[in-house]
Amino acid sequence: MTEERTLDFLEAKIEELRQLNASGGIDLSKEIERLEEKLSALRQDLYSNLTDWERVRIARHPKRPYALDYIASVFSDFYELRGDRIIGDDRALLTGLARLEGRPVALLVQQKGRTTEENKERFFGMTRPQGYRKARRTMELAERFGFPVISLIDTSGAYPGVESEELNIGGAIAENLQTMAGLRVPTVAVVIGEGGSGGALAIGLADRVLMLENAIYSVITPEGAAAILWKDKEKAREAATALQMTAPTLLERGLIDGVVAEPLGGAHKNPATTSAALKEALVRHLHELEAMPLDRLLAARYARYRGVGRYVTRAPDQP
Amino acid sequence: MSLFKERQYLRVHVDREPDDSLWMKCKSCGELVFKRRVRENSNVCPSCGEYFFQTSQERLESILDPGSYEPLGDRLSTDDPLSFVDSRPYHERVAEAQAKTGLDDAILVGRGAIEGRPVVIGVMDFRFIGGSMGSVVGEQICRAMESAIADRRGFILVSSSGGARIQEGLLSLLQMAKTVVVRRRLAVAGLPFVSVMTYPTSGGVQASIASLGDIVIAERGAMIGFAGRRVIEQTIAEELPAHFQTESFALEHGQIDRIVRREDLRSELALALGFFVGAR
Repeated sequence: MTEERTLDFLEAKIEELRQLNASGGIDLSKEIERLEEKLSALRQDLYSNLTDWERVRIARHPKRPYALDYIASVFSDFYELRGDRIIGDDRALLTGLARLEGRPVALLVQQKGRTTEENKERFFGMTRPQGYRKARRTMELAERFGFPVISLIDTSGAYPGVESEELNIGGAIAENLQTMAGLRVPTVAVVIGEGGSGGALAIGLADRVLMLENAIYSVITPEGAAAILWKDKEKAREAATALQMTAPTLLERGLIDGVVAEPLGGAHKNPATTSAALKEALVRHLHELEAMPLDRLLAARYARYRGVGRYVTRAPDQP
Repeated sequence: MSLFKERQYLRVHVDREPDDSLWMKCKSCGELVFKRRVRENSNVCPSCGEYFFQTSQERLESILDPGSYEPLGDRLSTDDPLSFVDSRPYHERVAEAQAKTGLDDAILVGRGAIEGRPVVIGVMDFRFIGGSMGSVVGEQICRAMESAIADRRGFILVSSSGGARIQEGLLSLLQMAKTVVVRRRLAVAGLPFVSVMTYPTSGGVQASIASLGDIVIAERGAMIGFAGRRVIEQTIAEELPAHFQTESFALEHGQIDRIVRREDLRSELALALGFFVGAR
């Protein structure tokens, strides 16, 4: 976004003036104040009315905090559990134990890479069957010991490849859904960036589903929908709007339970405040879920997913 | 040695010649064949054995005992929850599919019997927006399983679907979760679920309900997989093996129990269900 570059430029300019000001000589405080006002107005203007496509861009922003950043800031004592015990260890989906305000939880998180090297290792954040089966193993462990399960979702989708199909990636996703449907512990899923289709849902069938304010959650990527329905990859912007994939819209439609606020411009503008908001939301939702007796928790989970859908009943004699 | 000839996808010709003609040409062997014989033969070419596309109505006829089918409950239709418009409005696509197929959406569900064994069955129809699963398909699969629980019958789902229906957005994705939570109830009730995968069983349908059968059977000529062939080719930039995502590929990789010829499907289902009757 070129507007974003203007903001960065202004920020740098102000910093420069501040240093000049501090070194003595001319008094620049008036000038600095004026620029800061301008910056703030610009920022407000640019970020308070984001289009759906701009949110897609923020959700995929290369500087956006990833799962491991939140693990470091929201949780303590992250203790990674690796490997599906059958084939290998996926590095796009990480699992482990950690503490949230001192108490143990199980984590299932999708991690994108920042460097080319890291992206190669993490398959650009696309989970393979090994990752889904590892997640299932960790869910079952959590159930045995009564740990709540927290998922951080961030993937453009499950990894499409020959090996994925050989290892039955669809079956692995289906089995995860079945396991999550019956887990006898509270579960919370948060879409922190991209919630890409079945690859996201595979760790997302939870009691509470939250999204960061600029995260997206969709049945297909806007590019995929553009290619299939518009037969034109350039139509991704239109597809992003038509698919209604942003957090505020999905909350309004009752498909998610909460939106975690991000600072103006996105989580990467202030990761610390985003982490604090995420932590507050996780603690609050887990607290509510843990207050419910297990049978009520499971009944509510059933009702939540059984009831999803919109349709009308046709008259019996309608053509 | 493979039982059937290795091949890529079976060609599915959804647009068929008008139904008033008496003869049709097999696209595989080129033979002119008498149409009624083809229909009576489960839409298998009497000359070369190639499969023709089978509609959900024809499928029900070829699987269930004659006269035993009884549609389930309400007729449901989408209400276009997103008011979705791509190159065309979604409601137009739906109306067109309804007119073309005579269906309300991409599935038929009902009660019936197979060689005398009472079942609840759902049959998906690829002609209806690629057999995609939106709110209606998800709801009908759930109602079918609930009816199976209420009547203590086995449940059969014949899948023919490209996956989740894009035009209903996240609602479609969540149908995967919906069908799975109800499938668990069927399991708790101790009732069998036989999943029949046909051409094609892919995307969100393969990654949810279709993969969760107590027994998973593939019809010869099925396509089974999660991601589409083109998507994979674009990702890995290499050619895929010829039998990739065919029923023999799925069997070889441990994803299904058995491959069945279409003409044997009815007796196969009766045989499988027989093991479970009175089991609990």
